[in-house]
Amino acid sequence: MLRIACPYCGERDQVEFAYGGDASEGFPELADSDVGRWTKFVFVRENPRGVHGEYWHHQYGCRQWLRVVRDTVTHQVHSVAPARQGDRT
Amino acid sequence: MTRYSALSLIRNALAGNRGWPRAWRDAQPRAEYDVVIVGGGGHGLASAYYLAREHGVSKVAVLEKGYVGGGNTGRNTTIVRSNYMIDGNTRFYEWSMKLWEGLSRDLNFNVMFSQRGQLNLCHSKAQMDAAARRGNIMRLNGIDAELLSRHEVRRMAPILDFSDRARFPIHGALWQQRAGTARHDAVAWGYARAADRHGVDIIQQCEVTGLIRDQGRVVGVDTTRGPIRAGKVGLAVAGHTSELAAMAGLRLPIETHLLQAFVTEPVKPVLDVVVAFGAAHLYVSQSDHGGLVMGGDLDGYNSYEQRGDLPIVEETMAAVKSLLPLVSRLRILRQWSGVMDMTMDGSPIICKAPVDGLYINGGWCYGGFKATPASGWCFAHTIANDRAHDLSARFTMERFHRGHQLDEKGMGPIPGAH
Repeated sequence: MLRIACPYCGERDQVEFAYGGDASEGFPELADSDVGRWTKFVFVRENPRGVHGEYWHHQYGCRQWLRVVRDTVTHQVHSVAPARQGDRT
Repeated sequence: MTRYSALSLIRNALAGNRGWPRAWRDAQPRAEYDVVIVGGGGHGLASAYYLAREHGVSKVAVLEKGYVGGGNTGRNTTIVRSNYMIDGNTRFYEWSMKLWEGLSRDLNFNVMFSQRGQLNLCHSKAQMDAAARRGNIMRLNGIDAELLSRHEVRRMAPILDFSDRARFPIHGALWQQRAGTARHDAVAWGYARAADRHGVDIIQQCEVTGLIRDQGRVVGVDTTRGPIRAGKVGLAVAGHTSELAAMAGLRLPIETHLLQAFVTEPVKPVLDVVVAFGAAHLYVSQSDHGGLVMGGDLDGYNSYEQRGDLPIVEETMAAVKSLLPLVSRLRILRQWSGVMDMTMDGSPIICKAPVDGLYINGGWCYGGFKATPASGWCFAHTIANDRAHDLSARFTMERFHRGHQLDEKGMGPIPGAH
C-alpha cells in the first residue's frame, strides 16, 4: 500500500486517492491545430522505469489534485505538491 | 532431437527415464544473425519459430535476459478466447484460436489446451443486450458464440451464486465453447523446442543493453554477452517495450502497469468452465490441479515492480466471493504479478518501427497469452516481408495519429481502463 503525504491532510493510504496518470505532458493551447502535438499529449508517454511525475486526486479527502513524484520500481514517493496550472515534472 | 510419441514415452519409461535428451540446445551467441528477436517469452519464441518454418529465415536468435517463459508467459491466468467484436481484432484472435487448436500436434509438445468453454456473465438486461450484439457480431465473423439464459448458466456452473442474496444476480451469459485454458509454461517450452529444431538459437541469460546503429539503421544489439549484429531486430518484450524502444529514441503510446493473479489451495472439481464476471473485473477457472485461478483489475498506477499491492488483493477477493461464495473457506496458496504494456486503446502493436531495421511487437495489455500463436505468426510475416500481415494490419502505431484507435471497450485513451 502506497502512503501519500497530502500537503493539506497529512499522510494517508493510497486507497483514499484516485490515480490521474502522467504529469509530464502539458495541455496544448486550445487553439493549437497541430495534430502531432495533440497526439503526443493524448497518447504518447515517456513511461519511465524509475522516477515518474504523476497526478493523484485526493478523492476521499480534501478532493485536491496533487502532483506526486514516485519511483515506478521501488514505489518510493519522492515529493507531493499541489498541482498547479502550468506545472511540469 | 527425439520426437515425442507414445513409443518414445514407453521406451524411455522402460529405460528408467535416463535417456531423455535436453529439449533444446544451450546455444552460444554467434557474431551475426539474419534476425534477432529480443524476448524469450511465448511471443518471441513463436515469432522465431514461424520465421524459420514459414519464411525460411535460417539464422534466427532469440535473446532472453532471464530464462525462457519467465516473464508474462508464466504470469497470466492461461485463458484463451476469441470473443472480440471490432474489425481489426476479430479475425486476428480467431486465427489465434485456430492455431491453438492444432498447436500441440504442430509443436509435438502437449500444451494441454483444454477447450472447456468460457461464460461471460451478464447481470442486467442491458448487459444481456450488449452480449447479444457481441455474440451476433462474433457469429457474423465465423466465431462461435451462444447467448445463454440464467437457467442454462445455472445448469453449466451451479457453484456460482444463484441465491436470492446474490449481490449481482446472474441474468445469463455469452458462451464461447471453443474458449478454454492452456498450460502457459508448456507454450513457451513447446515453441522453444520447435524453434530450436528449425535451427533457431535460443540464448538465455543474455540481456540487451543497447541497440547498434549504422547511419540511423538498427544493425544489431549490445548485450551482456557481447555485441550481436543482426539484419533485423524484433522486440517482443511486452511490459518493457517502452524501455527497449527508448534505446532507439522512440516514445510509444504505452504505459506499464501491474496485474496480479491468484490461486487457491486445490479442491475437488467445482467449476469446469472459465467464468468472466460481468459486474466487476474478475475471471476465474479451476486448474487441473484443483486450485481456483483468478485475476482482476490492474494495480492502478504505473509500475514495473513484479510484486503487487494489497488493495487489489482485497478487491479481487471481494469480487470472487460475491460470485463464488465457497472461496471464503479457501486459502490463497500463491499470488503473482506481471507488468504489462497498456496501450492507449487496449489493442496491441505489431509493426515495423519508424527506425529502419527495427520491428515492434508489444502493447498486449491483458490479452497477450491467448494471442501468442497469431502474434508470432503475424510478427514473423512483418519481419520477413517488411509489411504488415493482413490480420494485424490495424495494429500499427500510426492509428493513434490518425484517430483510428481499436478501442474494443470504448474507454478512451486511459490505459488503466482497458
